[in-house]
Amino acid sequence: MTIFTMPSLGSDMEEGTLVEWLVAKGDRVSRGDIVAVVETEKGAIEIEIFDEGEIKEFLISPGVTVPVGAPMAEILRSGDEESAVSDASTKELPSRTEPTAPASQTTAWTPPAASSTRPRISPAARRLASQRGIDIATLKGSGPQATIVADDIPVTSVGPETKRGGLDLGDMRKAIAAAMARSKREIPHYYLQHTIDVTEANVWLEETNTGRSPSARLLAAVLYIKAVSNALSKYTEFNGHYVRDEFEASQGIHIGFAVSLRGGGLVAPGIHDTPNLTVDELMEKLKDMVARARRGRLRSSEFSDPTITVSSLGERGVESLFGVIYPPQVALVGFGKVLERPAVIEGEILIRSELTITLSADHRVSDGHRGALFLTEIEKQLQQPSQL
Amino acid sequence: MDADDLRIIVCEEILNIAPEAELDGLDPQEDLRDALDLDSMDMLNIITALHERLGVDIPEANAGEFVTLRGAVEFLKSELA
Repeated sequence: MTIFTMPSLGSDMEEGTLVEWLVAKGDRVSRGDIVAVVETEKGAIEIEIFDEGEIKEFLISPGVTVPVGAPMAEILRSGDEESAVSDASTKELPSRTEPTAPASQTTAWTPPAASSTRPRISPAARRLASQRGIDIATLKGSGPQATIVADDIPVTSVGPETKRGGLDLGDMRKAIAAAMARSKREIPHYYLQHTIDVTEANVWLEETNTGRSPSARLLAAVLYIKAVSNALSKYTEFNGHYVRDEFEASQGIHIGFAVSLRGGGLVAPGIHDTPNLTVDELMEKLKDMVARARRGRLRSSEFSDPTITVSSLGERGVESLFGVIYPPQVALVGFGKVLERPAVIEGEILIRSELTITLSADHRVSDGHRGALFLTEIEKQLQQPSQL
Repeated sequence: MDADDLRIIVCEEILNIAPEAELDGLDPQEDLRDALDLDSMDMLNIITALHERLGVDIPEANAGEFVTLRGAVEFLKSELA
């Protein structure tokens, strides 16, 4: 038996509210399955499980707020199964193995009242209802199995201004404030800036995208993430977490990518195991992640994973950004706006595409000299875009 | 399909990507990225959606025309003509 607890989705998270269970009692779950949706200051987050087994008991119901680490459900591990064998066989074959078991036995496996009376609702409809401040319990669904769909949500003239897509921007601002204040209080930042030539990368990107259907096209951000990822394999002191007064380099490289939310707010969910993804796979992941970030539906591992953050404010028109490190990470790499500039190459003045890359790093862990080498390695990586 | 139909379709796809976008009173010549706070990912998603919905080929080289509502409508109109 093991207990599934409220996970910590970053050092600034203290509690979470269960929105819904996505599994039922008796369901088998395995590592990585999404089992619940939890509302936090960063929006509604899909919570993954890291155990394998069977859901035995729910310990909290939707709507309940509990602190990080509080028990949420009991999981019967695969190894525990012998003790539960009668339960399991009853569930699957009630009439044969246990003839005396009443048919109602199976009803014991339905979710608790709190969730069984919860209406079925599509994610889009839930978002609209939340935007418009409508209690979904008052709605009737017109979709399959009476699922509430977007069309069922009445249009209201006034809705709560700050509530959007399951995100409370006021709460999110507080979460950002807490994390950034801690960062500036605890982390002695140093900053480096370097101007690099990205003409080759741009040309490669254009050539690659030409002839591809829009859904298969790549964005420059993918090359930036990949270049940072490759450079980190050599410069490991920028990849990891500073915990309990010491730096722990991370075995894996999981790059957090800063996603700004329209109307304010920011999240930097992580792309798991970036080095093992091709640029195409990375693009797919990034697309999916940005879409979910803006809908307010990220996964728990995307918050706990990141070992460094990449921010690309460039397309919004600034030449360079000096980021604030997201604790307990120890570095942030910023990419600025691409500008066409005259450059002197072998005695000739040519028009080249340039951008600035910046590093904010934790001086407790690394020094400017290594930081400079790290930035030049990123530069080097971007000169061979086809190798990324 | 005339320009008005296309304008409605483009607006619908913008709203699918950015549900909170305020399209009333949008200047058709204004850069959508500035007016609606869209980024390159949003623009790519809008172009992908229009390509799939209308079956119109939108080469990378023409993607720049989609940064304004008028540019998008005119490109689609000439391709569908």
